Amino acid sequence: MPQTDHAAKTNWTLLFLGWLLVSVSTTISLFFSYVLEYEPCVLCWYQRICLFPMVFILAAGLFPVFDKSVIKYALPLSIAGGLTAFYHTLLYAGIIPENIQPCSKGVSCTEKYIELFGFISIPMLSFLAFSTLVALLLILKRRTS
Amino acid sequence: MKYVLVGLTCVLLVLAFIAGNSYYKGQQAEKYGFMAEKNAELFVRDHSPTYGSDDAKVYLVEFMDPACETCAAFAPFIKKIMAANPGKIKLVLRYAPFHDGADNFVKILEAARMQGKYWETLDIMFKTQNVWASHHHWQPEKLWQFLPQVGLDIERIKKDMNDPAIAKIIEQDMADVKTLNVQKTPGYFVNGKPLQNFGYKQLYQLIQDELNLQYPQ
Repeated sequence: MPQTDHAAKTNWTLLFLGWLLVSVSTTISLFFSYVLEYEPCVLCWYQRICLFPMVFILAAGLFPVFDKSVIKYALPLSIAGGLTAFYHTLLYAGIIPENIQPCSKGVSCTEKYIELFGFISIPMLSFLAFSTLVALLLILKRRTS
Repeated sequence: MKYVLVGLTCVLLVLAFIAGNSYYKGQQAEKYGFMAEKNAELFVRDHSPTYGSDDAKVYLVEFMDPACETCAAFAPFIKKIMAANPGKIKLVLRYAPFHDGADNFVKILEAARMQGKYWETLDIMFKTQNVWASHHHWQPEKLWQFLPQVGLDIERIKKDMNDPAIAKIIEQDMADVKTLNVQKTPGYFVNGKPLQNFGYKQLYQLIQDELNLQYPQ
């Protein structure tokens, strides 16, 4: 059955791309904190909690062959991370006023570190990564159900 | 094939991390070297307390905070290195009281300096730190009991510590902290070169390298 074979291959590739995305994001996140010495704020930690385990969860779904149950395990984490990142982005941009933010001690969640091309901030990068991942997982969900 | 792809990606990411790290550290070293040449004031201000010979060619600049545990842990280590290289190293202390309330202890220390007891006071503060600063719970009132040991007039300290001149010193040091991008205490610079990987061995190496450079055998 070449048709299903091809479909299975595409599924594997899509999941691999998702894994690549979270692995690169994790590396960048670690680079920010250990090399550039940016102190992660509270909201960053919540997003990391959602991001870091995904490196292993998605990898587990790739072997020995694509396993669709990975979607069930990875979706809640990516949605939670994405929502946190969305909130963080709004906070950072000043759309939500800072006085209702949860972190007062340590690093402020609106501390400006880098801004690529003048407007892409770290929370925005995180939001982009999580939403891409959610989209990928939803596509996989449709393809496999 | 799949395993190779995932495995290779992991290796690539680790390599990219390492390469990025060494590139960034190289850039930083260059930047600080430039700053040390162009603007030595950033590292040593006129108000900065110094220890050691004025003829020393190796300047060890330490951004510290009397309430910082690691600074206290490093103090005997630095004393030992200085004793092993008499007249060659000069220690310069700069203040980086990052936490709320930490500046009060800098003020006490600076007030002790007015009584000519700076280094003795710092020594006793470090030694009793676990009493008055345990687990980041700072209690200046617990510090007072130790200070008479070095012959300090506590009432005078309480008055002098609010001197605006002291507040100005802290303000200037904090401004330099920002310029030099010091994120943690203790932060070390040896003749303008930053300690990039933190640790006793690394600091020893950095000082030793500079000693070899300034005092060729």
